Amino acid sequence: MKIAVCLKRVPDTTAKIVVGEDGKSIDETGVKFVPNPYDEYALEAALALKEKAGTGETVVYSLGGDSCQETIRTALAMGIDRGVLLQSPGSPDGFEVAQALAAELGAGGFDLILFGKMAVDDYNHQVGLMVGELLGLPAISAVSGLSIDGATVRAEREIEGAVEVVTCSLPAVITTDKGINTPRLPSLKGIMSAKKKPLESKPVALGAGAVTVAGLSLPPERQAGRIVGEGPDAVTQLVALLRNEAKVI
Amino acid sequence: MPTILAVTEQRQGALRKVSLEAVAAARMIADSLGATVDALILASGPVDGAAGLGVAGADRVLTATHDGFGLYNPDGYAATIASIGRGYAAIVFTASATGRDLSPRVAAKLKTACATDVTALAVEAGKIVATRPVYAGKAIQKLVLGGSPAILSVRPNTFAPVTTDKAGTPGVLAVPAFAQRVTVTEIKAPPQAALDVTEASIVVSGGRGLKEPANFKLVEDLAAAFGSAAVGASRAVVDAGWREHGAQVGQTGKTVAPSLYVAIGISGAIQHLAGMRTSKVIVAINKDKDAPIFKVADYGIIGDLFEVVPRLTEAIRKLKAE
Repeated sequence: MKIAVCLKRVPDTTAKIVVGEDGKSIDETGVKFVPNPYDEYALEAALALKEKAGTGETVVYSLGGDSCQETIRTALAMGIDRGVLLQSPGSPDGFEVAQALAAELGAGGFDLILFGKMAVDDYNHQVGLMVGELLGLPAISAVSGLSIDGATVRAEREIEGAVEVVTCSLPAVITTDKGINTPRLPSLKGIMSAKKKPLESKPVALGAGAVTVAGLSLPPERQAGRIVGEGPDAVTQLVALLRNEAKVI
Repeated sequence: MPTILAVTEQRQGALRKVSLEAVAAARMIADSLGATVDALILASGPVDGAAGLGVAGADRVLTATHDGFGLYNPDGYAATIASIGRGYAAIVFTASATGRDLSPRVAAKLKTACATDVTALAVEAGKIVATRPVYAGKAIQKLVLGGSPAILSVRPNTFAPVTTDKAGTPGVLAVPAFAQRVTVTEIKAPPQAALDVTEASIVVSGGRGLKEPANFKLVEDLAAAFGSAAVGASRAVVDAGWREHGAQVGQTGKTVAPSLYVAIGISGAIQHLAGMRTSKVIVAINKDKDAPIFKVADYGIIGDLFEVVPRLTEAIRKLKAE
């Protein structure tokens, strides 16, 4: 089974966000970058599927600057066979990113192309599905349960208050959600061998796109509220405030 | 005259409330552009609630009926919308589980991008400007949507349904031939019909302060006392396996904006605050007076949740019984 995983380098979820001088992007000074958490589920799914099949190849693709090499090495340390860095400054336009990835992935002969359901930086939630559409492949998004039997895919995705069961055939594009698995941590041996695994870099050109960023700002600070009181005796006053002042109950 | 398309959602033949929110957002854009609104229903038969789409802001209500459209049909829905998509200035979806899946498919077919999870809209110099939270709400991005059509999805609970005098004139949209690559075979309901944290108007969330999974009953009881409240959870307790990941509020979980958010035994890690800070009113109950959650809470009670929460549940029950 030949599996591709698309991986994005993103700020750690605990990072404090500071707006950069351009007023459109974040100030990366001092920010720790990590593999996108949802992509880690995709990496784990790829490794588990290859292990189950007993044969095949896993390839990680990342689109971004040279700093993504570090992110790719993390995936290689987890056990992915080789990496490809598509050098590009990136774009806020998900369709441009999808086109660049589809052009690369389409020629790869993959049985399965995996993405995280979204990246925790731009929250775009679209590139994986768009790649599926561009390649004419079945695509299932936000999958929290996956089984593959031969060429038949059965996926579960969470919808509001229920779970949707979705089926398709390989080759396919799947985007992963939390709950699908528990990503493994790189072993020491994995980290050592990752240094020797192939990592190819090549520039890709993205179009201008239809979506442009006009500005990035911090959300208005919430007014620090008040402490109604201490202990259960404060409940009466809290309920009165929710009812008469906030008018939410 | 330009037209805006609002894509509605039905489940088991009933229009979902978020559909009215998509129509409200489309109406807002249309009024700024001097445009009209078409609402689109995709279903296998008549849909309860369709008659209310005119009042909700639709000039026309188009229905695309197909035997295979009872459950969500990703390829069929996308092909149907794309078949008329070029005729619209903008296409508005809801950023629900379905809308998030469907909107990128339509956008790719129309060779353009989409703006996901939009929380505010404006029209500037004839272009739609979408405001949306990024980094889980730790920052706010403004996007200019230059695509034709502009494609966007609006966050549930953000655009309140409106009441208008629009006609909602019915129309029929033919379903084009499409290649079905993906099939939704069933919807599995959970043991209890749970309300989703993203769509509930009240969310009661629990964290590590509850000490053990069984104590989540305190949170569930309070949610039940409110009537229609959803139960949320912090990442710590989801990672510990106490609750399903679908309940997680925060950067690697869901972002919520209910009218009331009650945080119980949640200290307020930055990634949790990011997921709930746009709630209209926040209540925190925590024994640690220095917990970061109190910095965003409108009302806080410092105290032992095992004493405070049952008292609050009782008070809410009494209030509801009045």
